[in-house]
Amino acid sequence: MKNWGFKISKPRVLDFDTANLDAYNRLIEKVPSAHRCLMCGACTATCTANLHTTFNFRNCHLMFRRGQFEGLAEELDKCMLCGKCKLVCPRGVNTRAIIYNLRIVLSDLNYKKIEL
Amino acid sequence: MNFHPFILPFSLGAIVLFAIIIYKYVSWIKKLDRKQKYFVNKNMFTFKTIQATGEVIREALIHRNIYKKNPVLGYMHMSLAFGWFLLIVVGKTESSFYAGTFFEEPWLAIFFRYFAREPHEYFMATQFTFIMDFLLLVVLSGVLLAIIKRMRSKFMGMKKATKHSTFDRIALSALWWIFPLRLLAESTTAAITGNGGFLTGSLGNLMSGLPVQALELPLWWAYSTVLFAFFVALPFSRYMHIPTEVILIFLRKWGATAGEQYSGLSDIQINACSRCGICIDACQLNFAADINNVQSVYFIRDTRYHNLTDDIANNCLLCGRCTEACPVGIETTLIRQQMRNKAEIPGKHYYDYADVPDCNSKPEVVYFAGCMSHLTPSIIISMKKIFDAAGVKYWFMDEEKGLCCGRPMRQQGFVQQSKDLISKNMRMIHSSGAKVLVTSCPICYKSFRDEYVLEIPVLHHTEYIEKLIDSGKLELKNSGKSIVYHDPCELGRGCNVYDAPRAVLKEIGELRTSELEKENSLCCGGSLSNSVIDLATQTKIRDHGLEVLTASKPDILATACPLCKKSLVHGNKVIVKDIAEIVAVNIVNKKQPKKVQTAKNMNEFEVSYK
Ligand code: SF4
Ligand code: SF4
Ligand code: SF4
Ligand code: SF4
Repeated sequence: MKNWGFKISKPRVLDFDTANLDAYNRLIEKVPSAHRCLMCGACTATCTANLHTTFNFRNCHLMFRRGQFEGLAEELDKCMLCGKCKLVCPRGVNTRAIIYNLRIVLSDLNYKKIEL
Repeated sequence: MNFHPFILPFSLGAIVLFAIIIYKYVSWIKKLDRKQKYFVNKNMFTFKTIQATGEVIREALIHRNIYKKNPVLGYMHMSLAFGWFLLIVVGKTESSFYAGTFFEEPWLAIFFRYFAREPHEYFMATQFTFIMDFLLLVVLSGVLLAIIKRMRSKFMGMKKATKHSTFDRIALSALWWIFPLRLLAESTTAAITGNGGFLTGSLGNLMSGLPVQALELPLWWAYSTVLFAFFVALPFSRYMHIPTEVILIFLRKWGATAGEQYSGLSDIQINACSRCGICIDACQLNFAADINNVQSVYFIRDTRYHNLTDDIANNCLLCGRCTEACPVGIETTLIRQQMRNKAEIPGKHYYDYADVPDCNSKPEVVYFAGCMSHLTPSIIISMKKIFDAAGVKYWFMDEEKGLCCGRPMRQQGFVQQSKDLISKNMRMIHSSGAKVLVTSCPICYKSFRDEYVLEIPVLHHTEYIEKLIDSGKLELKNSGKSIVYHDPCELGRGCNVYDAPRAVLKEIGELRTSELEKENSLCCGGSLSNSVIDLATQTKIRDHGLEVLTASKPDILATACPLCKKSLVHGNKVIVKDIAEIVAVNIVNKKQPKKVQTAKNMNEFEVSYK
């Protein structure tokens, strides 16, 4: 079958007992512009990584906002931090800073600075 | 023997100071990386060492670079450093003459006037006394300037003075007191014994009404004690830059260069920072956006005391203006990148999903537009037109499915990811068998030059266009427009390309200068390297930059970077064009004049031009 670069997701119900919504508030502290996102998807449309694979930044952002972190770290590893998404965003969201911070927060790897 | 207990604090302080400095030197040198050690060993016993000695005198003693930046500030540093140095050297000579041996008590030179009470009884005593008084006067003038600087740093041409840590404060107060106390102590002794010169002697005469007998010893004690305080605080304060700058100059001359990882050389560099604060004035985050705690001086201080936060490390445009301004030559932006480096997972690959094409034509040139150029398609169209007009066979490497060059990753400290991208791109470039790589984006250009290991030369499109013009493959007509050129950070300070873009622009129009250009050019504010500031702050930086660039009211503001173009264009102040775009609409094409007129997509430029 042809790979169209997107798939139909399973229906998802947001379970407030398990979802970690607090993390999003911490992200907002770091990147205040994150809450301006209107999920238009322009970032994903221009994405360099998206030329090659199904990586979808808008979706990653949405998942994180809803407190669903499963598989998110591996997904974000696909981004090249090239910054195109930041330049096209109509709402001035610092998308690149979101990805940067999410990587650090979500990665198994304890992204500490190299020992001095 | 010339001894009195008041010499003890001084002597103890001096021993502690030397012990700590030697310990630090050894641990830094041990931490140098392999390449740095190799160069040190190779060049240690060559002519370079002599050159380095000369530079130490010029920079660490006379402070020529600071002098050039700001004469008053330079004089202050020179009078303190060089004056004090001469006081030690001349004082030592004097005391050796007095004692009749070179191996007199080491403290004798420091407290000489107290011990040499009978005046004028050794070789050239009068002359020595005069010189020593004169040197003391020079140093005191430096101290006075330092105090004035603290109070009103504007007077020295600096907008912001640096904030201090505790050790700095101890060392600074001690430094202010050392020389006034020395003056007073020597003067009281002169009042009693008459061994003073024009300065200490006269002050001694003025003091004759005071109980000088009772004042003499306490003053010498005080002098010795502040010396102790200064020596002990020095290695932990900003004044560590004095001994560190010396070793830095030697290492640099021997050929040690900072690499991508933090090393002993980085340690030496951050300790060589005198916290002069010149970099604060250079930073646009300070003067255009009012952010005052992230500049190199603060970043270096926090790194040195191990309390650097991510927010400070990441809040920098990596524009390199501070590196350019730093009189010590500290590679501030490079060290910041080193501090951003993240841990790596050995063997992990990140971009295996990307299936990049190999080249199957046989091009002369590989063209890499870069991610940012894909957001400014007019640059790409222009480059295509230029290649075609010059009859060059090229392969557009990232036309359909390109990858990022890897530099944005590296600037955020993800070195492993960056290497992954580099190896993929390198394979593509070499698959083409082309003779030259041309790119439109200075960020990619810098990466190709510094981080890739390429078998072919790489040119930025401005350099390439210049070559095409020189070789007669491309002929341009003069549009008669006035143009100001904005130097992109990565192309200018980053890669030292200043002349090629200007040479091209001179062919097309009247090139005007702006107040801040070349090494001093401003950042457009769009830099990807800063992951902390928001759009509003970037806008402030951009607007301030536009203000400077358009002061002469040019018809066109030219730049050579898609990212600069994108950020400047949104300022809506002036027509902003990449050099490639301006070139493309001014090509004289003799061979196929008709084709140019009918080339449809070019009409857009012609229109937006007017
Ligand atoms: S382009 Fe901006 S507003 Fe649109 S989805 Fe992406 S981040 Fe959100
Ligand atoms: S920074 Fe990442 S998410 Fe944004 S466009 Fe580039 S690859 Fe895509
Ligand atoms: S980094 Fe350079 S310019 Fe900045 S305070 Fe240190 S020595 Fe001065
Ligand atoms: S590199 Fe630029 S933004 Fe960063 S501290 Fe230096 S002058 Fe400021």
